[in-house]
Amino acid sequence: MKFLKNIFEKTGKLVEKGKPLSWAYPIWEAADTIFFSTDSQTKSGPHIRDNMDIKRTMFFVVIALIPCYIFGAYNIGYLYSNALNIDSSFIPSFLFGLKYVLPILITTFVAGAICELSFAIIRKHEVNEGFLVSCALIPLTLPPTVPLWQVFIGTAFGIIIGKEIFGGVGTNIFNPALTARAFMYFAFPTKMSGDKIWAIGVDGYSAATALSVPANPKNYDTASNLFSNITQFDFSNMNLFWGLIPGSIGETNKLLIILGGLFLIYCGIASWRIMLSSIVGLILTATILNLLAPFSTNAMLTITPLQHLLIGSFLFGIVFMATEPVTSSHTNRGRWIYGFFIGFLTVIIRSINPAYPEGVMLAILIMNMFAPLIDYYIIQSNIKMRLGRNA
Amino acid sequence: MELFNSESKKIISDPINVNNPISLQVLGICSALAVTIRVDQAIIMSLAVIFVLASSNVILSMIRNFIPNRVRIVIMLSVIASLVSVVDQLLQAYMYDMSKQLSVFVGLIITNCIVMGRAEAFALKHGPSKAFLDGIGNGLGYGMIIIIVSFFRELFGSGTITLPDGGAGYVLFSIPESWYAAGYENIGLLVLSPGAFIILGLVIWFQRELIGIEEEA
Repeated sequence: MKFLKNIFEKTGKLVEKGKPLSWAYPIWEAADTIFFSTDSQTKSGPHIRDNMDIKRTMFFVVIALIPCYIFGAYNIGYLYSNALNIDSSFIPSFLFGLKYVLPILITTFVAGAICELSFAIIRKHEVNEGFLVSCALIPLTLPPTVPLWQVFIGTAFGIIIGKEIFGGVGTNIFNPALTARAFMYFAFPTKMSGDKIWAIGVDGYSAATALSVPANPKNYDTASNLFSNITQFDFSNMNLFWGLIPGSIGETNKLLIILGGLFLIYCGIASWRIMLSSIVGLILTATILNLLAPFSTNAMLTITPLQHLLIGSFLFGIVFMATEPVTSSHTNRGRWIYGFFIGFLTVIIRSINPAYPEGVMLAILIMNMFAPLIDYYIIQSNIKMRLGRNA
Repeated sequence: MELFNSESKKIISDPINVNNPISLQVLGICSALAVTIRVDQAIIMSLAVIFVLASSNVILSMIRNFIPNRVRIVIMLSVIASLVSVVDQLLQAYMYDMSKQLSVFVGLIITNCIVMGRAEAFALKHGPSKAFLDGIGNGLGYGMIIIIVSFFRELFGSGTITLPDGGAGYVLFSIPESWYAAGYENIGLLVLSPGAFIILGLVIWFQRELIGIEEEA
């Protein structure tokens, strides 16, 4: 550590104010605080002494994501070897999948770093590590076949439009990772939806996701029957949970997502209220739609609450996206409302609108928009209550 | 000559630069979003707006001393509406394809805030020559922004640049097929209205950055 400290002290002198390299200060500062805690002192209150600064918080989120990456890479290889009927043991499948996941990951980080650094240098703020989490989240929400240049543009859009124009980390309205995904979804629909993109096989290999099965049924039937008619993949509840199915890279294995969520709750980073209330909202809405199913020919209405939980990216979205501390509600009562409506909207978008088989992304973005409003009314009602008590 | 002294120059250049009706005052957004899918539409639309703005400003400025204050809005509207009808009929007669593409948005120039706004704020208080220059200036300011927006929307959204001619438009440039074969794709989002919002927002951002105007929080 002594050696590192020396390096940073020496290079730190080069980027001081007034030196020709002073524009590079944000880069130096970012590298310095990765290894050492800051030596700057808070001059005014509140004085909170805690090791959990933004950097550590973000780092924990990245740790929680690593299992999803490993499984995502394995799943790509597994589906590929299944399609070709070749050996599907862990190591070769994982290495095969890594060839697809790694370039996407590198592209997002390069794009994110370029945007973040250029804004830090132009606007003279410190490099904020928020972009690391956004960049770590983006690949997990993408299909493995997505072209890299689209990933680059999408990430740049998410970081700049989703975050920097609002003033950087802590002041953004929308989750940058989801903004990036939403942009790519609407900008390049052929590479972000359909049944050709979710798994890698021979040319033209088609692999429908679980959600698109009841969304475009050949004949009307209940979702469970439609699932059991599919022979290409095993869409039983058990396998939906284990995640050996086509889908976005990081969302298929529910166990790892739940473990990641528990880890984040344990570290005090993610709000359990949001996760719990979104699940409640999802179950309630799905139950109501199940009761309405006999009056409709929409097979999406027959998906049971449990299947809704296991299909698609719902769990991934509420664990890693909806709980983002900046864009979610900040009051505890507000978090219950915010989460509930995410669950509600997810089912509504999934079931009622056939154009969007998956609704978590849009549900979270919509509720991001409403989070400040919810907080405002919660705070106002609290003020009123306390005024009334003292009157 | 009065027309070309520094004050007149300022009347023309201000709305293009520091007081742009779209990017600084944020007026006339709805047509700016609707007709910017292709460059040729934007060019014809801005010509129409320049014509309507300049003529309505001149006419209203000439009769400004005879208009009773209480009915001025009605009179302004009727003048603007007649001019818009003239433009609409001209387009239908000589550029039928373009008129069909622009559809209702030519008629909707009547409700464009810029036209009413300039009549109310400028033409009723100044002489005809100044009002004419103000109309030209604001029309150019509007046209400049929507042509910039439409350039980016058409280039990245549809992969072409189309200039207006008598018929369906002259394709000046289109992205070569070999690019598409190599994996290039048009950004479908830009053809939709949200794409126009994003591009317009970026244009507003860059122009304000250039001028150095910051809105008070």
